[in-house]
Amino acid sequence: MDQLVAYWPLFPELLLAVGAMVLLMIGAFRPERENTAEAIGWLAILILLMAGWLLTQQPPGVHRLFDGAFVVDDFARFMKVLTLIASGGALILSFDYLRQTRTLKFEYPVLVLLASAGMLMMISANDLIALYLGLELQSLALYVMAAIRRDDVRSSEAGLKYFVLGALSSGMLLYGASLIYGFTGSTSFQAIATAAGQAGAGQNLGLIIGLVFLLVGLAFKISAVPFHMWTPDVYEGAPTPVTAFFSAGPKVAAMALLMRVTLAGFAGTKPQWQQVITALAIASMLLGAFAAIGQNNIKRLLAYSAIGNIGYALIGLAAGSPEGARGVVIYLVIYVAMTLGAFGVVLAMRRGQTMTEDIEELSGLAQNNLALATLLAVLLFSLAGIPPLAGFFAKFYVFLAAVREGLWPLAIIGVLASVVGAYYYVRIVKIMFFDQARERFAAIQPKTGLVMALAGLYVLLYVVWPAPLVEAAGTAVKSLF
Amino acid sequence: MNGFGVLSLVTFFPLLGALLIATQNREAKNNARWIALYTTLFTLGVALYIWAHFDKSNAGFQFIEEAAWLGGSINYKMGVDGISVLFVVLTAFLMPLCIIASWESIENRVKEYLIAFLVLETLMLGVFCALDLVLFYLFFEGGLIPMFLIIGVWGGERRVYASFKFFLYTLLGSVLMLLALMAMYWHAGTTDIPTLLTHKFPGGMQWWLWLAFFASFSVKLPMWPMHTWLPDAHVEAPTAGSVILAGILLKMGGYGFLRFSLPMFPLASQELAPLVFALSIVAIIYTSLVALAQEDVKKLIAYSSVAHMGFVTMGIFSFTVQGVDGAIFQMLSHGLVSAALFLCVGVVYDRMHTRSIDAYGGLVNRMPLYAAVFMVFTLANVGLPGTSGFIGEFLSLIGAFKASTWVAFLATFGVVLSAAYALYLYRRMMFGPIEKPSLRTIADLDYREVFVFTPLVLLVVLFGFYPSPLLDVTAVSVKKLVSGYEAAIQAAQALNVR
Repeated sequence: MDQLVAYWPLFPELLLAVGAMVLLMIGAFRPERENTAEAIGWLAILILLMAGWLLTQQPPGVHRLFDGAFVVDDFARFMKVLTLIASGGALILSFDYLRQTRTLKFEYPVLVLLASAGMLMMISANDLIALYLGLELQSLALYVMAAIRRDDVRSSEAGLKYFVLGALSSGMLLYGASLIYGFTGSTSFQAIATAAGQAGAGQNLGLIIGLVFLLVGLAFKISAVPFHMWTPDVYEGAPTPVTAFFSAGPKVAAMALLMRVTLAGFAGTKPQWQQVITALAIASMLLGAFAAIGQNNIKRLLAYSAIGNIGYALIGLAAGSPEGARGVVIYLVIYVAMTLGAFGVVLAMRRGQTMTEDIEELSGLAQNNLALATLLAVLLFSLAGIPPLAGFFAKFYVFLAAVREGLWPLAIIGVLASVVGAYYYVRIVKIMFFDQARERFAAIQPKTGLVMALAGLYVLLYVVWPAPLVEAAGTAVKSLF
Repeated sequence: MNGFGVLSLVTFFPLLGALLIATQNREAKNNARWIALYTTLFTLGVALYIWAHFDKSNAGFQFIEEAAWLGGSINYKMGVDGISVLFVVLTAFLMPLCIIASWESIENRVKEYLIAFLVLETLMLGVFCALDLVLFYLFFEGGLIPMFLIIGVWGGERRVYASFKFFLYTLLGSVLMLLALMAMYWHAGTTDIPTLLTHKFPGGMQWWLWLAFFASFSVKLPMWPMHTWLPDAHVEAPTAGSVILAGILLKMGGYGFLRFSLPMFPLASQELAPLVFALSIVAIIYTSLVALAQEDVKKLIAYSSVAHMGFVTMGIFSFTVQGVDGAIFQMLSHGLVSAALFLCVGVVYDRMHTRSIDAYGGLVNRMPLYAAVFMVFTLANVGLPGTSGFIGEFLSLIGAFKASTWVAFLATFGVVLSAAYALYLYRRMMFGPIEKPSLRTIADLDYREVFVFTPLVLLVVLFGFYPSPLLDVTAVSVKKLVSGYEAAIQAAQALNVR
């Protein structure tokens, strides 16, 4: 009993894993009906909520398990709650869509739970092995989810593409991990931090090459340029709610992992990884901004937008300071809200039984459905970083950190890219508000509407009371330094 | 931290009106219009209350409110001084006129139109009231969204092009200011404007900060050669949109120079003043010549706005009390006059649906009242003594003369040219026989339009003869601004001499 109690920091993950198994059993032994699947879906949401509640009940302070491989600190708790919210929101978004396309299978919520368990593991990973375990648990669930519409060519293609490229990146990550292990003699981040903190660690070529490979693997997961190739195709091919899921939770988890690896594990070789992160940030911002201009499919456009957004978040990481880390955390919170809201709108682009993804189909939406058009406009202006919407504050804090560290080229390229980015976001506003109206979309489903409305209100009203998030993020990142 | 007060009320009241309109039925167009009118009139009342209770002998900020906001000593802070208070009044004054002017000309998506205007009013008032740099930026940049929609949804044929150009130009200018603002935050540890006004930034840093702010304000004002968005935006915007653009949005640039560039970066201002003078002179002479060649009424007025803004920048960077007073007066006067001119164009545009000068001629025969009103504003635009336009131009020229004779000499040509294009426009539109058959039935001003123009005519003439209500308010703050600037320059010179 005592031993069990000692594992309490692990309870949220345990709950998710056990819950996933139980739901799997229920699903497997109940007759296959849509109501079963939806009930399982709600149970999964309940489990996510309970996991979140368990996280908030954990006392503050740092807890280590498994010889330090698993760590729960303020940062981990914050990011885990955010991940769970993102997963739960994406799951709620999926019900209506999956029901319409007759793909609401009980496996889907189970996969969401397993992926969430993996993400929580990633966030708490403090050891290369734990890192890899969490990452793979999450990734394997995601590969299956991308291909969940197995009789749909695009979905299967997306799943396969994601799997092949994901496997490649996992390979690189493992290669990097083995090099790091070889040159430091340990897989624990603490031991690595000690080794990387020694004088001359920056000249330790094996360690640095290992670090670069590790970063490449993680850059793939957050779809930072030049490791972003899979993103537009997978975003476009996967069913829309799955895409929404991909773009929220996993990005948060991978970013949290990247932050822990760089800021806590490799603090000693900051000048080395700073270069890599800066290059990734600049490339992502520029490609995200320019490549999105020509897109006509809203999911592809959101894919490039995600790439660009990750670029901005990486600015904070490139700063490598507590302010920068705080900026990244704030960015991720607001990014999750904007993304879920935007995908909610994509899910609402439906006429009868057919979903449309062409941006031109939004034409004149403001005349048919002003509420939906206004909501999307708010989200788009926010993504463009126009005040007083939340997206402005997201960018504000990462740029603030970059300016403090004197990273002028990065900051200037960043703000200029945001102007280019504004063009393609505003182009959609133009289509919705200035162009001729087309046929109405079908009525918005209540569950989708709920997520969209919450996301929209958060983005719109964040300006009224911004301090709590800033403070919470500031407290959370203290445990990384 | 002393909570909220009258400035928050004046700033956010329009937002309440917008929310109320949002709850109205789409078909109840008149409900929405009346709500908007009452909202703006109430806001005007609050603004006049602020003006009446403003202490003219106090050079500091008044009606200060402060509340915790972002943390990290970035607070919600509002306040006005002699430089900003009149812009608050001007904004609140022009708004009801815009609502009345749009009463009949906007029939399409009325509810959204009025909401956009009320949101815009909140953001504009916020710009002039904000005493925190981040808060200022929030309002300054947030105004892009409603204005973009106003031009794009209710504008003319090339509205999409114009709205994008407006949006992207202004955004591009502003993002560099954002970075400068952050650098200032890390240097001074706060974004509190009164603190920053007394903070001494090192000379080299001032240079960069000045340039970043210049990038934003020179686009907004606009100065030559960053002005090309303005003619497009003016021409395509609906009448009330042009009024707000010319009347208020352009003034934000000038206000920014006065609030930030001059007092916070005095050394850089002094070094870069020749650049500003050169651009001002080009704006005054070149855009006046361009205005002379226009075939489109609104475009002509737009170019004349650029020319008039040249006087403003010239006055500000003369660093003299007269010059700065003149610049502020010129901005206020231009706010009334250009707004009125756009409203005048709106009157005939509503009847004829064309902005081409050639489509008119001989209007005085059918519209004597209109011709008289237009004459007043044309002469005010030229800067005829006895109108408000004269005081502003005269004072800025005096200021410039003190700073540099050549600048004043060249700028005077602008006065002559403005008379040329304004009177030429007047002759082509008003005089001569009516030749176009479509003009034979055109009707003179109706009661609604008379109601709009009466206060404008009265104020333009009143301030032309009796400018002290405005100049008294600005005097003490301007004196403080200029003496602060001179002290900073002398301190720097003393350091160099040693």
